[in-house]
Amino acid sequence: MLELIEQIRDNARQLLEEGKVHCVIGYRQGSIPMRVQPHFAYSPEETDKMTWSCFCTQNLAKYLIGREEPTAILAQGCVTRNIAGLIQENQVKRENIYILGINSPGMVDYRKVQSKLPGRVIHEVLEENGHLLVRGPGYEEKILKRDVKRDNCYTCNHRNPVIYDQLIGEKGEETGGGNIDKVAAPWENLGPDQRWAKFQDTFKDCIRCYACRDACPLCYCKECFVDESKPQWCGKTVDESDVHTFHILRAFHCAGRCTDCGACESACPMGIKMRRLTSKIEKDIRQMFGFSPGLDTQESPPLSVYRPDDPEEFMLK
Amino acid sequence: MFTARMTLKNSCLSKRKLIMLEKIIFKNNLEMLLNKISREYEVYAPARVGIETVWSLVTKADDLEWNFTNTDLSPKGFLFPQTECMLEFKNIPRSADGMILKRPELKEGSKALFNIRPCDAKAFSVLDLVFEQDPQKPDVYWKDKREKTLLLGLACNHPCPACFCTSVECGPHHPQGLDILMQDLEDRLVLKPLTPKGENLLTDLDQASEQDINLAAKLEKQAKDMIQGGLGLENIQAGSILDIYEHSAWERLYESCINCGTCTFYCPTCHCFDIQDETRGTYGRRVRNWDTCMSPHFTLHTSGHNPRGRRIDRFRQRFMHKFKYMPFKLNGALGCVGCGRCTQKCPVNIDVREVVNTINI
Repeated sequence: MLELIEQIRDNARQLLEEGKVHCVIGYRQGSIPMRVQPHFAYSPEETDKMTWSCFCTQNLAKYLIGREEPTAILAQGCVTRNIAGLIQENQVKRENIYILGINSPGMVDYRKVQSKLPGRVIHEVLEENGHLLVRGPGYEEKILKRDVKRDNCYTCNHRNPVIYDQLIGEKGEETGGGNIDKVAAPWENLGPDQRWAKFQDTFKDCIRCYACRDACPLCYCKECFVDESKPQWCGKTVDESDVHTFHILRAFHCAGRCTDCGACESACPMGIKMRRLTSKIEKDIRQMFGFSPGLDTQESPPLSVYRPDDPEEFMLK
Repeated sequence: MFTARMTLKNSCLSKRKLIMLEKIIFKNNLEMLLNKISREYEVYAPARVGIETVWSLVTKADDLEWNFTNTDLSPKGFLFPQTECMLEFKNIPRSADGMILKRPELKEGSKALFNIRPCDAKAFSVLDLVFEQDPQKPDVYWKDKREKTLLLGLACNHPCPACFCTSVECGPHHPQGLDILMQDLEDRLVLKPLTPKGENLLTDLDQASEQDINLAAKLEKQAKDMIQGGLGLENIQAGSILDIYEHSAWERLYESCINCGTCTFYCPTCHCFDIQDETRGTYGRRVRNWDTCMSPHFTLHTSGHNPRGRRIDRFRQRFMHKFKYMPFKLNGALGCVGCGRCTQKCPVNIDVREVVNTINI
């Protein structure tokens, strides 16, 4: 990990020294355990703060949108797929960005670490090779990283960057080891009543903070549908109907574009598992259209294109 | 012996207005106190559910959790619900009694918040200044519930890494806003009554010993020493609003903010709301919902002009409101109690201490 961090800093420093880019986007150490902060280095000295760890859960592609100046970005598999998607959707100019691609080790979900130590205050977490060293008042615990990875990282199929200008480190394992079709769309085999119950239960704690939407690189509309008032598509209350409307509509707006990066679930302050909706859509897109977003900067997502030979078997006759 | 005790009690009664004596209760005797409270109030307390700590209804002493730092969501929702119906009307334009806004009966019951943390209680005092700023026209929805609420605070013995109450005129054993402050001595609690409402509840309890009171004071000091990072406000408080507004550091501080509403919704002192009318058939209501200054539309005018149209403007405003505008308008009261929730919940780990310390230079 330390070697990778050195490489990241060296590459970033060089890019800024040579004036190739105006800014390098990466991560820096967070202010509390198990967190990192997005970092924007505008000078070679500022690259000294850059870091890389198993806690890098924010999708940095979000910060490329609207940037005019040439920018470099540290990006692992899913993030590079989102970058490719943004290029395809004309939100980012390819020639304006310099991608420092890196293999993802699979990110840790800090809530899973917390759940292993219920009621304990965590003062420090050190990342070691296969495990985390967690320290607090009167205790020290070792937790295996593979037990506390973020849900989507277990079933990832694209850990290596799909598009990049420079590779940091080596290409590594492509998959997270899990079988995505076994865990995606967990409600598929349930009847309507059970599905409704699961749906209600999943979203009952939503406080409409929109952290999921705001962390997502796909959500860049100048006016989000939830903010429109003429007409008002979605109420602003936390009544069930309004919460459900928001989540279903957002999931569908991401259909065919979502790379399952997990930034939404990582951002949610309530720990809501909204990927239960998007994973179903991702699976359908993959199985029905043979399409996985972000692997090609030329190919349009299936739901934004009509082709006469589009599959129709699933439609009611 | 009996006579002597009677004399002591009588002399205490005559000095009641001046001294509110600390009491003691063993945790395994709490049922009696809880029963007394339950006669008048519905009791709520923090309970651990998975990795979250949430406010839950308490029916017996066993429901009480002693091993927690603070609740995830602040208790402000008890007095200021996220969605609240303010007025109702019959959505029948041609009817004689149609389209007339009427306030629904304020029939919320009395609630006791048991084991509320001092920072959250102080936050209620700050919100009192906001919602009741005009004595002629207080926010009736807030005021009605506030008057019916009893606050029994649990002082912190183990502040967490994100807490910084001591930097913002608060502390782990701070009494402001509470009816009773309780200090946890493992198997027993020292209870400090702070209001007549609080004192009335504790009349049957034994007086705390000098030793226990000293032990509690020691725990307070230890807790204060545990608070790891703080923030400095001297230059922010001394500087003019315009100087702080034009500080060069905002350009670098705002960039990672994704402008969600997490910090504002978790904050115990944030209080902005948006009002809308909703109709469904012949029923209409005017409802208010929590709003966030982080939202791009927060200051959007009907003309189309948006004075805080840029992310930097909204980011800067949040901190200036809490640390500069509120003290300016509310006689020095800070809009932050140091609970640390914003730092813990922020998806990009923006740390209020880092922001304020950078601007404080």
